[in-house]
Amino acid sequence: MPALFRRVAEKDRKTIRLFVDGHEIEALEGDTLLVALLTRTRQLRHNEFDNAPRAGFCLMGACQDCWVWTEDGTQLRACSTPAQPGMRITTTEVPWLTNL
Amino acid sequence: MADEPVIVIGAGPAGTRAAQRLVQAGLRPVVIDENDRQGGQIYRRQPENFHRTPEKLYGTEAAKATALHTDFDLLRPRIDYRPGTTVWGVSDEGLMTVCGQDVTIVPFSRVIIASGATDRIMPVPGWTTPGAYSLGAAQIALKAQACAIGQKPVFMGTGPLLYLVAWQYLQAGARPAAVLDTSALSTRMKGLLRMASRARVVANGVRYMADLARAGVRLHAGITPRAIEASNNQVSGVTWCDSRGRLRQVSCDAVGMGYGLRSETQLADLLKCEFIFDPCFTQWRPHVDRNGRTSRPDVYLAGDGVLLRGADAAEAAGQLAACAVLRDGGHSVEDTEFTQLHETLAIMNHFGRGLAEAFPWPAHLAGALPDETVVCRCENITAGEIRRAAGELDAPEMNRAKALTRPGMGRCQGRMCGLAAAEILAAARNVPVREVGRLRTAAPVKPLPLNCTVKS
Repeated sequence: MPALFRRVAEKDRKTIRLFVDGHEIEALEGDTLLVALLTRTRQLRHNEFDNAPRAGFCLMGACQDCWVWTEDGTQLRACSTPAQPGMRITTTEVPWLTNL
Repeated sequence: MADEPVIVIGAGPAGTRAAQRLVQAGLRPVVIDENDRQGGQIYRRQPENFHRTPEKLYGTEAAKATALHTDFDLLRPRIDYRPGTTVWGVSDEGLMTVCGQDVTIVPFSRVIIASGATDRIMPVPGWTTPGAYSLGAAQIALKAQACAIGQKPVFMGTGPLLYLVAWQYLQAGARPAAVLDTSALSTRMKGLLRMASRARVVANGVRYMADLARAGVRLHAGITPRAIEASNNQVSGVTWCDSRGRLRQVSCDAVGMGYGLRSETQLADLLKCEFIFDPCFTQWRPHVDRNGRTSRPDVYLAGDGVLLRGADAAEAAGQLAACAVLRDGGHSVEDTEFTQLHETLAIMNHFGRGLAEAFPWPAHLAGALPDETVVCRCENITAGEIRRAAGELDAPEMNRAKALTRPGMGRCQGRMCGLAAAEILAAARNVPVREVGRLRTAAPVKPLPLNCTVKS
């Protein structure tokens, strides 16, 4: 799948691995989750009302349009969450009753 | 609560200088910042394992950025610094903050809010497509993550940031497909007269435009955006009308859009500060005296969060608000310090007005948006639904419109759509935008995790 973002510098960082929707992806240490995903894919989530794909908008924690979830249901703002090795991320909302 | 600490919210240019001045007077302020690293947006820091130089990151502003970062690092042992922490509400006991899952109530004697600004957005058909970002987002991607939002982005909107970001992309090797500015050249010339007071800033802007033009990037003025086009759920182009009304199209794989800035005023609203309509910036904002005092004796404001004057003014306004806090708290502050800061800010005020004149908010575009255009991107509320609130449902102001058709009801609380939605409502009712008011803030101003716990 083509990616949305393109790296233009700082490419010689340590590689880390995490899982997105069950697939292992490579990212670089220091990436936000948003960058880890969008340098590999073209979307982060789907809008709740029309199910259309979304990929964030403001990147500064204001618009709340970059939410992703951990597999155990914690919601994360991808633009301001650092990608960590071994993270298991899903781009589909986990039903909220399971994450209490 | 006189024994409680002074709180500074935000650690950008205004918050940093405010905290520094309080420390100079022997206080130990609590500094609460939503970002994990100090610097704010314009002087945002890259992660610690990145190696680009300040010159590469901040260009002509490298020395200022470095000074702001270094000065803050020196303050660290003398302040109670709480990074990665969001103020989301207010109670009788103090500010409600959240860091991860921990909610803490922080009491205060006085608070300086330096919450900054976000891009001011005018929706356009297709703007929710992956690949369409705010201008600020395009810059953050580059500065903080060394990424471009696409291979050949279009930058659309108005304001000096449009050319700065386009120029930064050009330097980074992601040559923009075009820069589309809604402001006309003649309008910009008018504003230039006021901006002459800061010739260096104007010269930088002219240089960015010249470099872009030399690199073959087309700079279009006086345009009217029509739509962001999509193919396979990704941005594929932009259609727009040129200044002579001809329909044009440019292919691209990303769009960075923004029309100046919007002050982040929600905390001042929760603290019940009095608001006024600012005709220069055509938006509601908290009322402040020239030292940053609000209508509440214990709340002070500084930086772009109250007056959109940029980073240099924010540094001066932060120091000034701290001086006011100190004087009001019985500390001695020389009159000359106030006077000098007032003089600095007078130049910035003049310049800020010039900018607003040169790159005006294109309010008229809101009234012309097709009914099916999504305005509230959280809840997919269209321009047509806001017009239905204005007409059939007879909502006279924004909060009634929000109650009836939900613009601004989503989790961004209208930060992205609120100002444009107000223009749509005003245009549909044929009244000036100030008459439709502003969205009231509700806590939590940002979503909280369901499993958060209150720590004492």
